[in-house]
Amino acid sequence: MAKTISTKELAQKIINHTKIIILDVRNTDEFDNWKIEGGQVEVINEPYFNLLDSVDPVANKLSKDQEIIVVCAKGGSSEMVADLLEEEGYITVYSLEGGMKAWSEHLEPIKIGDLKEGGSLYQFVRLGKGCLSYFVQSNGEAAIIDTARMTDVYEEFANEKEVRIKHLLDTHLHADHISGGRKLAEKVGGTYYLPPKDAEEVTFDFTPLQEGNDIIVGNTEVKVQPIYSPGHTIGSTSFIIDDTYLLTGDILFVRSIGRPDLAGLAEDWVGDLRETLYSRYKELSNNLIVLPAHYSFAEELGEGGEVSARLGDLYARNEGLQVEGEQEFRKMVTENLPPQPNDYQDIRRTNMGKIDPDQEKQKEMETGPNRCAVEG
Amino acid sequence: MKSTKVLDAKGLACPMPIVRTKKAMEELNSGDILEVHTTDQGSKSDLTAWAKAGGHELLKDTEEDNILKFWVKKG
Repeated sequence: MAKTISTKELAQKIINHTKIIILDVRNTDEFDNWKIEGGQVEVINEPYFNLLDSVDPVANKLSKDQEIIVVCAKGGSSEMVADLLEEEGYITVYSLEGGMKAWSEHLEPIKIGDLKEGGSLYQFVRLGKGCLSYFVQSNGEAAIIDTARMTDVYEEFANEKEVRIKHLLDTHLHADHISGGRKLAEKVGGTYYLPPKDAEEVTFDFTPLQEGNDIIVGNTEVKVQPIYSPGHTIGSTSFIIDDTYLLTGDILFVRSIGRPDLAGLAEDWVGDLRETLYSRYKELSNNLIVLPAHYSFAEELGEGGEVSARLGDLYARNEGLQVEGEQEFRKMVTENLPPQPNDYQDIRRTNMGKIDPDQEKQKEMETGPNRCAVEG
Repeated sequence: MKSTKVLDAKGLACPMPIVRTKKAMEELNSGDILEVHTTDQGSKSDLTAWAKAGGHELLKDTEEDNILKFWVKKG
């Protein structure tokens, strides 16, 4: 029987830039749509049903003494293929426990830095989907920004750090994943904040995010300062934390910019997006460290697995920030929109409280990459 | 549609529906039609891709009460 590897162990290997070979045995359409990426990962695809009689189709792509991680949708086929490879004399073969379904849910906390008056900031990287959420803790209290659906991970982390989760903030109404903010707020007796302009159709109570109403974490000076920055959605709000970090939500990424069409029409909001990127953010300090809500390219993962960049550097090298003319910008954005995220309309409805799919359905809705950025 | 053989793969998780389908298919002759019943949602895309790769023809598929049915003509 081949050994299994957990999503946590795989995440560590990717973040540590360990060289690994992944054999993805899902069918090729699924593989092309979404796969494991990052660090020093080399991934090859051969559907499991082509390997039932013999592993010959992959024999010339793998060597018997290298470590191979076999991956499928849920972990069943990868286990079978890992066993077949072992029988053929491959020495170190693992099957990814739970497959891509489990991979999509894994959250890896990475420390971004200490805060001036005590406390620290963590980025939770969802490697399987490219989603980033943030955990700010100071003096026994915590705030979470863009909480993922897997709320138990943050609860365990808060217990470990011995802090109480008090504030749950979403930068906007998400279209690519189901927010865990409201659920966790209810569970821990915290406050759930949303931008009011994104929340016109929501069916539950929330606290509106307003510029000027800073949120204080702990008794110290850790300020979470909302900045209205529309463009990805009409309500999109950024946060400046501790005068050092700029959480840009889905407006500005490290390698690209947010798409304006998931909650309406690209044509309508592209002007807002340009205004935010080319005027509002320009007034901020170039030294702010940008921390986005997503990444789309494996190369965006830094040395320690974190995703971040200095605002001034992004003005120099992010292609989405180099297009001066308004018409040119409009063209660049509207002509480079990738396919929408899986089930994005139902995900939005779930985040508004209009529908309440069961857990299994929610997992299924979230499969695939986030696709929140303009490509190109 | 008249099927040569019916394979009940309900309740089986991936990869078993395809493993059983492949085995059943090996016992049929070219032109025969195998009818497969599964409950694994993933079997739809996998069976479609498997049939294509193996030179078989997926004639029809239905879904009712969470039971997926496929009719595959052996190539």
